[in-house]
Amino acid sequence: MKDLYYDAVVIGGGAAGMAAALEIERGGHGVAIVEREDFLGGILMQCIHAGFGLKVFKEELTGPEFAERFIEAVLQSSIAVYLGTTVTKLVPWTATNGGGDLGREQEKGVSTSPFPRWELFCVSPEVGVFRILTRAVVLAMGCRERNRGNIRIPGSRPAGIYTAGLAQRLVNIEGYIPGRNIVIIGSGDIGLIMARRMSWIGCTVQAVVEIMPYPSGLTRNIVQCLDDFGIPLYLSSQVTNIFGNHRVEGVEVTPMERGVLIREKAFRLSCDTVLLSVGLVPENELSRTAGVELHPSTGGPVVDSRLMTNLPGIFACGNVLHVHDLVDWVTEEASFCGKQVTQWLAGKMVLRQVPCRAGANVRSVTPNKLNVEEDNPLYLRSMIVANETDLEVRLDNRVIKRIQKSHVQPSEMITLSLGKKELEGVREDSVVELALLPHQ
Amino acid sequence: MVKTPSPCLNPSAQGTPSYDVVIIGCGVSGANIARRLSAYRLRVAVVEKAADVSFGTSKANSGIIHGGFHHPKKYLKSRLEIQGNWMFDRLHQELGFPFKRCGIIVAALHEDEMKAVEHLYWQGRENGALGLELCSRERLLSLEPQLSPEVVGGLYAPAGGIIEPYRFVFALVESALTNGVHLYTNWKVVDAHWNTEKKEWRLVNQEGGSLSARFVVNAAGLYADEVSRLFGAEEYIITPRKGEYFLLDRLTPVRPERVVFPVPSALSKGMLVIPTVEGTVLVGPTADPALSKEDVATTAEHLDIILEAGKRLVPGLNRNDVITTFAGLRPVLGEDFYIEPSTKVPSLIHVAGIQSPGLTASPAIGEYVKDLLKAAGLELTEKPDWNPCLPPRPQARNLSPYEWDDLVQNDPAWGHLVCRCETVTEAEIVEAIRQGHTTLDGIKYFTRAQMGRCQGAFCTYKIIKILMRETGMSYEEITKHGETSQILRGAL
Repeated sequence: MKDLYYDAVVIGGGAAGMAAALEIERGGHGVAIVEREDFLGGILMQCIHAGFGLKVFKEELTGPEFAERFIEAVLQSSIAVYLGTTVTKLVPWTATNGGGDLGREQEKGVSTSPFPRWELFCVSPEVGVFRILTRAVVLAMGCRERNRGNIRIPGSRPAGIYTAGLAQRLVNIEGYIPGRNIVIIGSGDIGLIMARRMSWIGCTVQAVVEIMPYPSGLTRNIVQCLDDFGIPLYLSSQVTNIFGNHRVEGVEVTPMERGVLIREKAFRLSCDTVLLSVGLVPENELSRTAGVELHPSTGGPVVDSRLMTNLPGIFACGNVLHVHDLVDWVTEEASFCGKQVTQWLAGKMVLRQVPCRAGANVRSVTPNKLNVEEDNPLYLRSMIVANETDLEVRLDNRVIKRIQKSHVQPSEMITLSLGKKELEGVREDSVVELALLPHQ
Repeated sequence: MVKTPSPCLNPSAQGTPSYDVVIIGCGVSGANIARRLSAYRLRVAVVEKAADVSFGTSKANSGIIHGGFHHPKKYLKSRLEIQGNWMFDRLHQELGFPFKRCGIIVAALHEDEMKAVEHLYWQGRENGALGLELCSRERLLSLEPQLSPEVVGGLYAPAGGIIEPYRFVFALVESALTNGVHLYTNWKVVDAHWNTEKKEWRLVNQEGGSLSARFVVNAAGLYADEVSRLFGAEEYIITPRKGEYFLLDRLTPVRPERVVFPVPSALSKGMLVIPTVEGTVLVGPTADPALSKEDVATTAEHLDIILEAGKRLVPGLNRNDVITTFAGLRPVLGEDFYIEPSTKVPSLIHVAGIQSPGLTASPAIGEYVKDLLKAAGLELTEKPDWNPCLPPRPQARNLSPYEWDDLVQNDPAWGHLVCRCETVTEAEIVEAIRQGHTTLDGIKYFTRAQMGRCQGAFCTYKIIKILMRETGMSYEEITKHGETSQILRGAL
C-alpha cells in the first residue's frame, strides 16, 4: 500500500474543491484534489443549461463552460489530481500507524513538511488502496438529493421514480429519456430546470407540486422553466400517493389549507414518471465518521471564521458546508476557504473570534464564528417570504448594521460582509445575531 | 459478454424436460427444499414466475431468526421454528450469507404486560427454545441500553438472530444450482395435467413451454391457493396480510444491538425495532389486510403509527434517519403452516401459509418436505460429490485496506466504488450479474448498491451501464424487477 504526503488535500473536484485548491496552491503549498468521478467539475458537468458565472465572470455560461475555466487553471497548476478515486476513511494521523515513505514521493506538489495531522484512505482502479498523509483537509464533497424515503411519500414502489439530478444525469450525459409523462414533486431548482429540459426533448410535464405556499427554487427558474412552458405549479399541495405496480401510473395530489391536507379535494394525475426535487443535503458521511460536528440547521459542519471545523486542520466549503443556490457563491466561499487554509498552514492564528447565530426569521448563518480583525463573508437563509425587510445585525443586542432588503424568501440566499469596523467593541462573551424584520 | 452463472439457470427447455421433483416458487421455502434435494441423485427443477428469486414474500420481511417462544407447542410451525433456528449456524458456515445471533428481547412497558412475558417464557421452554431468560428491568437495560427507561422487565432469547432474507435465498439457490438443480425464472405455471400412464405431472407456462415432474412441491407463497386450484387439488384461500416498514440509515445514533419486540397482541408479534445484519435499522411491521396479492403500497396513516410504536421501545429513533419505507405481504392460511401431501391428487405436496416464523423455519421445512417426498415414494440416494459450501465472497465494506488493495491489484474493478453509501465496488456488481441477477432490484439485493441513504440517486446510472456492458442488454431491457418495470423510456 502506497503512502503519499501533501500539505493539504481537497476532497471533491467540483466548483468548491477546485477553487479552494487553486488558492492553496497560489499560497505556495502542495495540494491534491481527490475526486471520485473520472472528471473534474462535479455536478456542473450535467448542468448544461446557462446561467452560471454572472457574478464571478460577469457573463452567462453553461455548467461545463463554467467548470472548464477552473479545470484549465487546475491542470496548468501544480495541483495533483486523483480522478476516479474515492476517500473511504478520514482519521487522525498517528505516528504508530507507520508513517510510510514520507518525503520520498516525487509526485507533483509534494512538500517536505514533516507534520501530518490527518490520513485519508483512498481507493482507485489504477492505484488500488493508498493513503495520503496531510496537514490540512478541505471538505468539498457537495450535497446529495433528498429522496422519496426522506419525505415519506406513501404508495407503491414501481420503476419511474427518480431524483431530478439522476434524471438530469441520464438525459444530459448518458443520453437516455427516463420517462415521457412527468410529474415533478418539489419546486427546487434542479426540478424546475428538468421541467424545461424534459419539455425540450418532447416529454410532457404535467405539473410541479410544491408543499409550501411559495416556490422553493429561484424566481428566475420559476419564470424561465415553468411559466414560459405553461407548466402548472401547484403550491400548498402534497403528493399523497404513488400508483403503479411495475411502472408509475399516476400520483394523487392533495391540496393543503393552513398546513392541513384537504382530503376531499384530492385529485389524480396520470404519469409514467415522478421526479423528486425536494431539497439537498450536504454530503457529510465521511466528515461525520471522522468526528466533525454538524450544524442541525444546515446539515453541514459547524465552522469558525476560517471555515475550519471542530477538528483542527479540517476545513469545509461549498455545498458540503451549506447548500448554496448559485455556483458563484460556492466559488467565492471556496476561494476564501483556500486562503484561510494557506494562512493556517503558514502558522497564522486567529486572535479573536466572536460567535455568530441566527436570530428572528433566519434559518441559518454560515460561518458560525466571525474574525474580529478581518472582513467576514456571511451567508444566511430566510425563513419567511416578505417584501421590504430589514436585515439587522446585532452585537450583544445593539444594532451594528441594518441593510434594507426589497424582497426575501427562503430559496434565495442572502450574503453580506462584516468587518473590523462593525465589530468594534466586542467583549470576551459577545454574540453576533442576524435577524430579518419585515416592515409592519 | 457474461456467461450465465451456471448452465442450470434457465436451461433451454426444448420439448418437455422431465424431472423427479419440480418445486413451484423460489422464495425461501422453495429454495431450502431445492437445496436439500440437491444432496440426492435426483433431477430437480424450481420454477419461478418472477424475474429473479426471492422477489415475493421472502424479500420484504423482518429478517429475523426467531427465538421459538411466540407460538404454542401444538403447532407444526413451533417445532419447525426451533429446528430451523438450530440449523442456521451450519448453513451460515457453508453458505456465507450475513447472519448474526444477536439475541431477541421482548420488552414490557407495564407491569400488566409481565404476565404475558412469563407466558412466552414458559411457552418457549415447552417448545424447547434454549437459553431463555426472564429479565428484570435492570437486566434488560444492561442488555440493551437503547431501550426506553419505561421498561419494567421482559424476556431475553439469546438464540434469536438476524439475517438478510434475500441473500439467504440467493445463497441457497446458488448452492442448489452448483449441485445440479435447474432453475427457470419468468416461468409461471398456468396449467397442470396428471398423466396416469406415466404417473407424472405435465406443467405448462405462460408461453406454452412445459416440464414434466414425478412429484410437485407447491411452494408458491401468496399464490399457493391458485396453484392448488390449477392442479385440481385442495381448495383453500391465502389471504395477503400487509406489513409496512421504515428503514433507517446506518449512521443513526440509536441502533440497538438486539432485536426488540413489544409484548405481542392476539393478531401479531407487534411492531419491533430490528438492527439489521448489515448495520441499518428496520422498524415495523404493521399487520393489516392487503387489498390484493400485488398490493405492497405503503400508507400515510400506518407510516406514522410505525415510528411512534418504535419510539415507545427505543425513544431515540428519529424521523430524520428514515431512508426508505416499504411493505411486504404475509401469506396467511389459518393459524399454522400447511405442509402436507394432497389427499385429492397424486404426487403433490402443499407448502402453504408460510407466514412468520417461515424464514426461521425454512431450513427445517426443507428437511420436512424431503421426508414427506420420501414417504410418498421418492427414492433418495445421496450424491457422494455433493458440495454444501459456496466459495467465500469478499465485500469491499468488510475488507481491511491491505486485503482490499490486494483485490484491486488483481482486478481493477475492485477499485471502482460504484455505490458510495454502502461501499459497493464494480467488481461486486459484476459478480451479481454473473450470478444471474440482471434486474436493478436483483443487483440491489445481492450487493446493497442503491440500498443506502441516497437510494440510488448516484449509482443507478453506473449500474445500468455495467449491466448493459456485461450482458449486452439494450437500454430498453433494463428493468427494476422484470416484467414492465423498465427504467428508461427512450434515447436521445
